Amino acid sequence: MNFSNLFSQFGELTVTGLAQGAIIALFALGYTLVYGVLRLINFAHSEVFTVGAFTAVLTWGAFGLDQDSRTPGLGGFVGYLLIGLLVAAAASAATAVVIELVAYRPLRRRNAPPLAFLITAIGASIAISEFVGVLTHRNNKGVPRLLTQEPVFRIADGRVTNLQILIVVVALAMMIGLDFFINRTRLGRGIRAVSQNPDSAALMGVNKNRVISLVFLLGGLMAGVAAIMYLLKIGNVRYDNGLYLGVEAFSAAVLGGIGNLRGALLGGFVLGVFENYVSGLFGTQWHSVGAFVLLVVLLMFRPTGLLGESLGRARA
Amino acid sequence: MTTTADTPQTPEATAPSQGKPGGGLRGRLDSLPKPVRWAVLALLVAGAYLLPYAADVPVLGPQLVTEGIDWASALFNVSYFVLLALGLNVVVGFAGLLDLGYVGFYAVGAYTVALLASGDSVFGTKWTWLATIPIAIAIALFSGLILGWPTLRLRGDYLAIVTLGFAEIIRITADSTPDFLRGDQGFTGIPHPPGTFSDGTPVFGVRDATPYFWLGVTIIIIVVLALRNLERSRVGRSWLAIREDEEAAEVMGVRTVKYKLWAFAIGACVGGLGGVLFAGQNGFVNSAMFQLQLSILVLAGVVMGGSGNMAGAILGGALISYIPDRLRGTQILDRDAYEYRYLLFGVIIILIMIFRPQGLIPSRRRALELKDRAREVAPQ
Amino acid sequence: MSEPHTESTEWDDETSRQRVDEPIPTTIGVPHERSSAGAGPAPVPGGAALLEVDNVTLRFGGVTALDGVSFTIRQGEIFGLIGPNGAGKTTCFNAMTGIYRPTDGEIRFTGKRVTGLRKYEITSMGIARTFQNIRLFPEMTALENVMVGADAHHKTSVLGALFRLPRHRREEAQGREKSLRLLEFVGIRHRAGHVARNLSYGEQRRLEIARALATDPKLLCLDEPAAGFNPAEKEDLLQLIRRVRDTGVTVLLIEHDMRLVMGVTDRIAVLEFGRKIAEGTPAEVRDDPKVIAAYLGVPADAA
Repeated sequence: MNFSNLFSQFGELTVTGLAQGAIIALFALGYTLVYGVLRLINFAHSEVFTVGAFTAVLTWGAFGLDQDSRTPGLGGFVGYLLIGLLVAAAASAATAVVIELVAYRPLRRRNAPPLAFLITAIGASIAISEFVGVLTHRNNKGVPRLLTQEPVFRIADGRVTNLQILIVVVALAMMIGLDFFINRTRLGRGIRAVSQNPDSAALMGVNKNRVISLVFLLGGLMAGVAAIMYLLKIGNVRYDNGLYLGVEAFSAAVLGGIGNLRGALLGGFVLGVFENYVSGLFGTQWHSVGAFVLLVVLLMFRPTGLLGESLGRARA
Repeated sequence: MTTTADTPQTPEATAPSQGKPGGGLRGRLDSLPKPVRWAVLALLVAGAYLLPYAADVPVLGPQLVTEGIDWASALFNVSYFVLLALGLNVVVGFAGLLDLGYVGFYAVGAYTVALLASGDSVFGTKWTWLATIPIAIAIALFSGLILGWPTLRLRGDYLAIVTLGFAEIIRITADSTPDFLRGDQGFTGIPHPPGTFSDGTPVFGVRDATPYFWLGVTIIIIVVLALRNLERSRVGRSWLAIREDEEAAEVMGVRTVKYKLWAFAIGACVGGLGGVLFAGQNGFVNSAMFQLQLSILVLAGVVMGGSGNMAGAILGGALISYIPDRLRGTQILDRDAYEYRYLLFGVIIILIMIFRPQGLIPSRRRALELKDRAREVAPQ
Repeated sequence: MSEPHTESTEWDDETSRQRVDEPIPTTIGVPHERSSAGAGPAPVPGGAALLEVDNVTLRFGGVTALDGVSFTIRQGEIFGLIGPNGAGKTTCFNAMTGIYRPTDGEIRFTGKRVTGLRKYEITSMGIARTFQNIRLFPEMTALENVMVGADAHHKTSVLGALFRLPRHRREEAQGREKSLRLLEFVGIRHRAGHVARNLSYGEQRRLEIARALATDPKLLCLDEPAAGFNPAEKEDLLQLIRRVRDTGVTVLLIEHDMRLVMGVTDRIAVLEFGRKIAEGTPAEVRDDPKVIAAYLGVPADAA
């Protein structure tokens, strides 16, 4: 245990933890949205992220960018970033919707037990991640450096870089947009109706299947954006990154209160920062151990998470 | 309904453990008289022990045996995968608890053997393989209880993620403690099971895996007998009741947390035993052997074979090991076909769950149900 | 066995407290001789209290599902709990069997607190129940379903089963014997080897009763057991309920169908909007203006 390390880098760890947490939070939204409507842990959501990430890397590659190419100027950065965001979000959303259609809808039609959904989700997850793994020879894929990271200002002893600011701002913007969509639009009302009571929502003329597809699509969009932020931050990607980050994202969703959008945000930040402290204290390889321990301990004392499961229906 | 009417005076005729004639292999087996049934089972067991000589069977044999890996080793791989599937089937199939970290117990078993018996261990105890078995099983059981105690009170769908976390914690610990669990470098020189032939050569050597396979089959038979006793008792009924409707089970007096814990602990024991067997044959254990994907592979086996019945778990466990080993040496897109095993079984999980949720061998109850349905369709 | 209940006209403190504005004397069904085995002093004259629901309130968020409900079920009787839809019958039921925990008040069984106990503990005290929307173990056979109930009082566990110890084998044989007897008792012995899912609706209802009886209850709670039955099936069910009572088991019947309740119960409590509005013999309840009003002016026995 290295307490002096934790204290000397406290600000630094907090700042990087927040940036990491923002990515986790965006990723976590997909779990929370699907859970809110279907009461299903969409294990395959991690692969929604993976597909988005690799699509973006391939697209940038098509523009002649690879890990060795020179960092573009500001205009180039914005352009490539937007292209990356677009293709990743589109690919992730498409993957999510297809997973729903292929893996879950047949089970729903049959009224399969919850365990069946979980098992199918795991099958889908492993199939997609292995497919990507085989295509990429299970190697790390380098990501072009679109942005030179440099500190912009300091808080206490922590430097805050331009990239960290970008990540947190993008994550918050996506979150606010999603919150607006769910709470203020007609489609969003449909989602809330189905999540609160699927049967009466159907009676009121809400098309349940369309709402479910929409929810998967929204979760996919968020995961695609998270994937781009992840690529910018980490600088390379592997076929199983999604799987492991997905576990953290799911933990964040549960931590905040699954089914609760703001809970996912809070959970993401708490988890990101906590993991970083664990890294500072014990070494980076232990960060996900910290995440799991936090999750189990929290679930034992507060089974509905920090903010409760508010998007979900009240449980009797 | 005629079956009970045939022998209305004996309760056994309607007893669930006796099964009833029905469709499919299982039904046919159950419809045979008891001595014949035993004879068939004895033949199956004998056949299992004779599998190493399958290559000598004309025509069929050469098709069956593996090419990319020697046949005895492939068979040994089958044996510990079957053990893992049997253990996971207790947790997932009987009690309906989704455990995604089952490999964690396998790792606990293997590492306990390594720590107690390998010369690389910090303990330096250098026990024999045999002496480590009770400790390894006890520690696996204990780890099952440690994991289950807090988590089995949680809502069912959280269990999956927490168990997954458990297996990851074990793998990360193994990876990150170079002095204790020795990460990638691993433990070498783990002793093999005891015994020498009259000429002084060890029964369990490094060249031929056949004796290990026989040992594996023997362990499997013991485990199957033990699990069968549990399945046909109050314990098995409690598990099924929990799987079917946990709240109703508790209202009927089932102590649900207790029996869920038992399912976990027994599953952990069998998984640990798989690790013990593996370590004793391989002689080497490192952190790369306990990836997350392995848990999912075993789950695929249980689901594929037929969740909730042991014949299914045995078949499924055998297939997840045999199919990739059989494909070894075959090139697909410049890669050894073995590389595609997780991809293949991921797809198989989805297909099975969508098109044949009862698995390849439906459980006895499923068979009963299907038979009843068939009867309804074709009234006599 | 002949109808064991004679009528007396004693005051029921419990009831009169609830109905101060309507001081109608209530009658009490005198229970069996054997029912005097119950523990604790009987708070009401005439029979030992088996289950006391004492001023129970239950709130979900802002909704008050039960509001200060009190009644007492005595040994050996068939007690009816009725009320219009949403009156809180099933909620009350769930509170008694440990599914819900009352916000306020207490439930006592043979003088011991039930409130706060785990569900299986309540079962082993001697309260068994069926579910309104049948909840069998669908992929287990009928016999196995009943045996799960019988297991509630067995002692052997994993070690006994693993090594097939003598006690395990004895309990297993007894459990099977008893379960088959109970299947016989409810009339579906011939379906013992069938998976529960494939039983007909009526058979499933009976199986649920057999499973509940297998836990050796002192009190059997039936939650709308006649739902979805035709008149002939209802008549059979009435017979079954009487036979259950005749074996010494007290029965709590929650029902919608007034005719069924009137025909079989010794005493009835009526709930409306989470409050008890009446309690008494079927005849008294039937003529109670509040009850009639609760059922929208339709005479309680529409027959």
